[in-house]
Amino acid sequence: MSGWTTIAGRAVALPQANVDTDQLIPARFMSAPRSAGYGAFLLHDARQDQADHILNRFDGADVLITRRNFGSGSSREAAVYALVDFGIRAVFAPSFGDIFQGNAVNNGLLPARLTGDQIEMLIASLGANDAEATVDLATGSATIAGQTVSFDLDPVWQQKLVNGWDDIDLTAQHRDQIKAFRAARFAAHPWALPAS
Amino acid sequence: MTASQTLFAKLWAAHEIMQRDDGTSLLWVDRHLVHEGSHHAFAKLAERGLRVACPDITFGVVDHYAPTRAGDVSPDIRRMIETLGDNARAQGIHLFDLTDPGQGIVHVIGPEQGLTLPGLVINCGDSHTSTHGAFGALAFGVGATEVAHILATQTIWQRRPKTMRMTVDGVLGPAVTAKDLALHWIALLGADSARGYAIEYAGRAIKALSMEGRLTLCNLSIEGGARLGLVAPDQVTFDYIAGRPFAPKGAAWDAALVDWAQLKSDKDAAFDREVRIDAADIAPTVTWGTSPEDALPITGCVPNPADMTGAKREQALAALDYMALDAGEPLDGIAVDQVFIGSCTNGRIEDLRLAAKVLKGRKARVPGLVSPGSKAVKQQAEAEGLARIFTEAGLEWAASGCSMCVGMNGDRVEAGKRCASSTNRNFRGRQGRGARTHLMSPAMVAAAAVAGHLTDVRPLLEGRT
Repeated sequence: MSGWTTIAGRAVALPQANVDTDQLIPARFMSAPRSAGYGAFLLHDARQDQADHILNRFDGADVLITRRNFGSGSSREAAVYALVDFGIRAVFAPSFGDIFQGNAVNNGLLPARLTGDQIEMLIASLGANDAEATVDLATGSATIAGQTVSFDLDPVWQQKLVNGWDDIDLTAQHRDQIKAFRAARFAAHPWALPAS
Repeated sequence: MTASQTLFAKLWAAHEIMQRDDGTSLLWVDRHLVHEGSHHAFAKLAERGLRVACPDITFGVVDHYAPTRAGDVSPDIRRMIETLGDNARAQGIHLFDLTDPGQGIVHVIGPEQGLTLPGLVINCGDSHTSTHGAFGALAFGVGATEVAHILATQTIWQRRPKTMRMTVDGVLGPAVTAKDLALHWIALLGADSARGYAIEYAGRAIKALSMEGRLTLCNLSIEGGARLGLVAPDQVTFDYIAGRPFAPKGAAWDAALVDWAQLKSDKDAAFDREVRIDAADIAPTVTWGTSPEDALPITGCVPNPADMTGAKREQALAALDYMALDAGEPLDGIAVDQVFIGSCTNGRIEDLRLAAKVLKGRKARVPGLVSPGSKAVKQQAEAEGLARIFTEAGLEWAASGCSMCVGMNGDRVEAGKRCASSTNRNFRGRQGRGARTHLMSPAMVAAAAVAGHLTDVRPLLEGRT
């Protein structure tokens, strides 16, 4: 995965709370291999039911502004694949699903926290239209529809997004330490191994 | 003298291999559970030419796509199940496949097989992995990238969460279950209220819960935003584990009991947040909207969006529109089209016993499906005569799997249909496109089946022991 520092694109508002992972990608699509592309599955049912859904009207959107508890629910990383494959690179919300936000960072998608008031201001500014958006990870700030905001992001995640780090490679450097930990743990606590 | 520690802190310390300068810890993973949905992670591993680091502590099970009714299985579903089998065989992972008597929902069979033990770190690519915390294990769900990382290294990078103690004082009333307790606190505090916290459930009402009840409560921690829930292990826990197939035996069992006795928060341990709940305040609870936080006592009415403001009002309006409910309508009386009993939340033997107690000698007015959480639960329920109570009431007795909780195997609720369900998520489209889900305890589902509408189970249980 390649890292990034800035985005210059278009933002839209999805003024809903609790946009959960079952809405982001209904379970019936999850047997598809990733290589097939998951963009068409994003908010599939809502987009099919509403022809004028904001993401149907602006299918080139890069940045999504939404309400609290975005991505709550399932651990399905497919919810992030759907957003990323659709072209979304950053989501701004007051809060995110716990597992979702980790999955997002692992796929280069920024889950940026703003206050509820900031989000309402941006939703009001955007209305039912799209607008220019720039996001800067280095400064932790974004300008959306002419409004500049500072967002909250774990510094570890910021580094990960900027560098496009892959944890498996990082962890491989600690192989010997892990091996020793395993040996010591099961020697001291033999019950922790499954009985055979 | 060391400072007083929380149970969470003890578990964390016992698994921390190292901490990076930025505060992220590398944790050792004692058990990794995989299912059909782990195909993305196995594909990532294959791309890099890596093998599973510790197949001896990795276990696979067919659950999400497991067919539960007779008839043909779609090629897509068959392929998902076969792919897991291929991956498990290639990597030397013990697999509970469809023919294995140990098969069932991953969060039901982990405890049942003795794979889930106090003091372990347990991961699975499923958000309801929080279930296993009922044993005093650090157990949390992870995404596909993290599943691949655990497969490759048997470790996971984590930021240490804050701690919350939820003390539930008093005694739960008759027919008020762990499910009602969970829906109660999520409605009280919000579906994102515990984000960033590890919850330890404590207090008299928690100690009084069976293992099944504790599993239900910890299972639903994620619906309140917490990554994991914990209950300190006690004699109830140890009695449950003793003699299970993969549980420690002989000298290892004795050593385990010594270690497990330490697994509790010290008397003066400080938590980042304390919440107190009175069990006496909790009634049988049902959801009316499209988030688990949209829950109320069955004696209540559908809320009126006109009483709310701003985003909350919009959210309620949208939920009532999707659910086809009127503001102010009494919850007791909302007609249902069907019922479902099962899932990792409420598919255990105690759940089936309670539902059967309501249904015994009665007929369901609506069709319904009962899917036991595992083959072992199924067999026990048949031996105890529960299966017969369900079928005589007119409900369908199915095989075990995730079934109609998530609909991946084709067990779905049709669009526009209303289902009283013992599951964990009332999200839009969760049980099927356009499906309207009301979450509640298995006892309340059984009551809804008998009445044909949502109703208070308590009168139906009067005089029944």
